[in-house]
Amino acid sequence: MSVKVLLCGVGGQGTILAAHVLAQTALRCGQQVKVSEIHGMAQRGGAVTTDVAFGENVESMVCGPGTADIVVSFELIEALRNLPLMRDQGRLIASDELIKPASVLTGRQAVPRDVVGRLQDVGAVIVPARSTAVEAGTAKASNMVMLGALSALLSFEMPAWEETVCAFVPERTREANIDAFRAGRAFLIEKGAAL
Amino acid sequence: MELLSGNEAIARGAWAAGARIGAAYPGTPSTEAMEAFAALPEVYAEWCTNEKVALEVALGASAAGARAFATCKHVGLNVAADPLFTAAYTGVGGGLAMLVADDPGMYSSQNEQDSHYYAAAAQLPMMDPADSQEAQDMTRDAYELSERFDVPFLIRSTVRISHTRTPVEPKMRTEAPEHPFESDPAKWVMMPAFAKPRRVVQLERVSALKAWVEECPYNRIIEGERRVGIVCAGAVFQHVREALPTASVFKLGVTWPLPAQRLRAFADTVDALYVIEEASTYLRDAVAAAGITVHDTLSPLPGAGELTPSLIRAAFGEEQPAHHDAAEDVPARPPALCPGCPHRLVFKELARLKAIVCGDIGCYTLGALPPLSCMDTCVCMGASISMAHGFELALGATDHRPVVGVIGDSTFAHSGLSSLVSTAYNNGAGTICILDNRTTAMTGRQGNPFNGTTLQGRASREMDIEGVVASLGIEEITIVDPNDMQAVRSALKAATANADTLSVIVFRRPCVLLERVREKPYLITSCTGCGVCLTLGCPAIGKHADTGLSYIDMDLCIGCGQCAQYCRFNAIEVAE
Repeated sequence: MSVKVLLCGVGGQGTILAAHVLAQTALRCGQQVKVSEIHGMAQRGGAVTTDVAFGENVESMVCGPGTADIVVSFELIEALRNLPLMRDQGRLIASDELIKPASVLTGRQAVPRDVVGRLQDVGAVIVPARSTAVEAGTAKASNMVMLGALSALLSFEMPAWEETVCAFVPERTREANIDAFRAGRAFLIEKGAAL
Repeated sequence: MELLSGNEAIARGAWAAGARIGAAYPGTPSTEAMEAFAALPEVYAEWCTNEKVALEVALGASAAGARAFATCKHVGLNVAADPLFTAAYTGVGGGLAMLVADDPGMYSSQNEQDSHYYAAAAQLPMMDPADSQEAQDMTRDAYELSERFDVPFLIRSTVRISHTRTPVEPKMRTEAPEHPFESDPAKWVMMPAFAKPRRVVQLERVSALKAWVEECPYNRIIEGERRVGIVCAGAVFQHVREALPTASVFKLGVTWPLPAQRLRAFADTVDALYVIEEASTYLRDAVAAAGITVHDTLSPLPGAGELTPSLIRAAFGEEQPAHHDAAEDVPARPPALCPGCPHRLVFKELARLKAIVCGDIGCYTLGALPPLSCMDTCVCMGASISMAHGFELALGATDHRPVVGVIGDSTFAHSGLSSLVSTAYNNGAGTICILDNRTTAMTGRQGNPFNGTTLQGRASREMDIEGVVASLGIEEITIVDPNDMQAVRSALKAATANADTLSVIVFRRPCVLLERVREKPYLITSCTGCGVCLTLGCPAIGKHADTGLSYIDMDLCIGCGQCAQYCRFNAIEVAE
């Protein structure tokens, strides 16, 4: 058995770092792991996805339609874009942040109608990632809020998560990142959406 | 266990084998391999001006007796092809392994060529690791094999190997055996008299490799049902295992030469044999050439782009798992030039000038996308300058739009310089814009000869672009701050005014990702809705859908002031 998590968002949002923390935590807990990242041109504000697969036995590193057990989106439009990758009865958590692509900024295309409603219709939990991160001390920790929210859907223990978070973030922002992680986890538990 | 990317693991393998000289030019998805190698102890590693130079440096180090390591992306191997083919004649001194990272799906490349063809054409053995552990182990073993067969080894990866992290049991470094250099012109001076006998040596070596590959442990069979037999390699092996868990699989670890006998024996054990590969027919053709009947899948696999387990399942007629349909109203999100990017106004003004723009490879290729939409060609590293020369030759006698080549500082050093020498030598005309943002930005801000930063932080020299250009006898050279609209506009106007001369403008301002300086953001106070600021394509500027008026996202704005210079109503001001 393996679990596939798709992390998606916009270049520069910290999806890769979040994926590394998830993967390292899984490894720490004795699982096989694969993390597939996209670097290069897409990082300049383009749509990005990072696939993390873990479990006793992991084969392919990429998600196809209907194969992601969990989709974690750092942005609302990207959540809608990647929805086809989620499996039947899969879980979707999305940040409430909306970043307009160039075509929307310049008025050539529109933001999809009722994004939040459509995501909630398919069972998404919408996480106020940015405001939660700001409360924890830095907007940059939005990715840790999302990771904390994801942690509530997985069975890894908190100490394993926190040790890896600490290993990956700069020392001076450690506290803010841990607080952001815990707040994201608490948000999902409060929503009754946890494992 | 450590979680390493394929690139890091390949670097680790080279290091473990005792490689001590590394040379490369950055290129996605290969870049981190040389960066990781450079960070390991007891090695020397450098960024070269291009991949040909890098392979020659590595070959020289190998000839001198050191184990050497070179890396490039697939299109980089085109540049390095000249030394590559002849290195297959000379062979090596110390072991030599070269990573070539392919980009099926073209995440960050201009084509998706399959590097297997180079291995076959140059008759160089090639290994295809399928995860990071194999990437490390195969690369390490490649050095001993390189010396045993007296030939460079190619390690082929794809974006899904180079940029996938999987657990690795890291190997420790062992010192490489000594191969003291002794002058041997018959091996190293490839003039006809010596190359002819080396060609015979090469053919004998190919026979030896073909015998070895039948026995080597890197090709292995995963026994499964008799009904379906699959031949595959690299990342595709992982997709196949997930998509068709019960199939029999012949996993190739060496993709040139192929183990023809073992493949024929495998084919005999299955009812139908299929070859699965990405964006190529190399493997299928090679397996068929071994006299094996290759079956067609129920529906054809896509000939272009990456494979996934889903695509493989579909080709075998298996149903896709239930999933939501793609929403039709999701706007595309291509990458864009950053807020404050010093390339932006150059393209804005070139569009205003209605110039024919020959572009090049780098972040600034994004100038081709709307709303800037200001690039007419982009083919390969350095081609901006030489293609602009071709445009001038074809259009010169006619009344034509100004022809402008646009190239970055690192790309200029890579191969633009030799194009410019050629244009100057041939008395070419036109305008060349060198966008000097003080770094090799797209691949992650590496050093290059014009910023004087080296891979391992050794002292260097910061070369002088305008000095180099002036030494070619080009008289019209101007240095311009690309964030100053008036300066950009008048420099372009002046440079393109005379259609008979060759002029160069150096637009110099550091990439915003280097220092990450943020000035006070701007805001829009009394917008008239004219929309000019939106034509800059800055991710920080948007339009309210209801009023049609523009606004600035103050979290994204870095206060570069580019947009304020375009607002005729002085409605864009620094936020106080």
